[in-house]
Amino acid sequence: MAERYQQQSALAHFGLSARATSDQNESECGVWLGEHAFRGQINLRGDPGKKTFMDAVAKVTGSRLPTKPNTSAGPDDPQAGPRALWLALGEWLVVTVPGAEEETARSLAEATADCGGTVTDVSDARTVIAMGGRHARDVLMKGCPLDLHPAAFEPGACAQSLLALATVILYRGADPSEADVSAFEIHVARSFADYLWTWLEDAADEYGVRIIEG
Amino acid sequence: MLLIPCPWCGPRDEIEFGCGGEAHIARPENPDELSDEAWADYLFNRANPKGPFAERWVHSHGCRRWFNVVRDTATNEILAVYEMGAPRPEIGSPPVLASPDESGTTSDGESL
Repeated sequence: MAERYQQQSALAHFGLSARATSDQNESECGVWLGEHAFRGQINLRGDPGKKTFMDAVAKVTGSRLPTKPNTSAGPDDPQAGPRALWLALGEWLVVTVPGAEEETARSLAEATADCGGTVTDVSDARTVIAMGGRHARDVLMKGCPLDLHPAAFEPGACAQSLLALATVILYRGADPSEADVSAFEIHVARSFADYLWTWLEDAADEYGVRIIEG
Repeated sequence: MLLIPCPWCGPRDEIEFGCGGEAHIARPENPDELSDEAWADYLFNRANPKGPFAERWVHSHGCRRWFNVVRDTATNEILAVYEMGAPRPEIGSPPVLASPDESGTTSDGESL
């Protein structure tokens, strides 16, 4: 991993913080976009049928791993603790705040060493694009084959799919600013981040876009 | 566009998947003892039926797991979805969808 002072986010060249505005009154903007740079991401594999493994992980992360497909477990706010996304049978992505990934990965590896866990720090592989606002779902629907209706893709739901033909992990959280609409987090490979950001800004243009501080 | 029921993730669009061709083709036990014709038959010759056909599919942009599908090549109707290693189900019965229960194990008790 690069030294912290050398770290550059995948979207650093867009100068997003210079364009960011925290003005909540821009009601003409139907979509807000931002980058959650340097989120810690840990790939965790193990046997969900093994109680010792599930207990060991819960002790580290504070919540039990989700066993239901396309769901997540853990707090919506990453500051409150790690969140686990279901990726596949016996595979999860543990998401932490920037900088917490090394400590979390070490604790997970130590806790699951005796019960068949495999822990890999994959934080540098993907960046996280955050999107919300009352038209966020309309933007996603332009390029994603998933059923994103609120009844089918509930708060806390996650799925691996395609967005504008780029492989993404999509997570639906709660929008902190507007209670009735949802915010999405889009995990995308670093090499696709420039393309996907450009696509999202273009797709969201008709609704009005506001850039937020990540 | 097909809507393919992934045994783990549920129904998803065809673009998330890759097709691995005909299922249930076992590698010969002793390739050295095969004639050239028999080896070529194993390598290249595939059934091409009009009707139910067992294929391997992989959910490449989802859970990245392989599974088997019986698809009617004439109507594109998906007749059955079942796990790798499971025998081909009798067609004529309704689609069988293996799904993980809450403990994360599969329907036949096998876990990953």
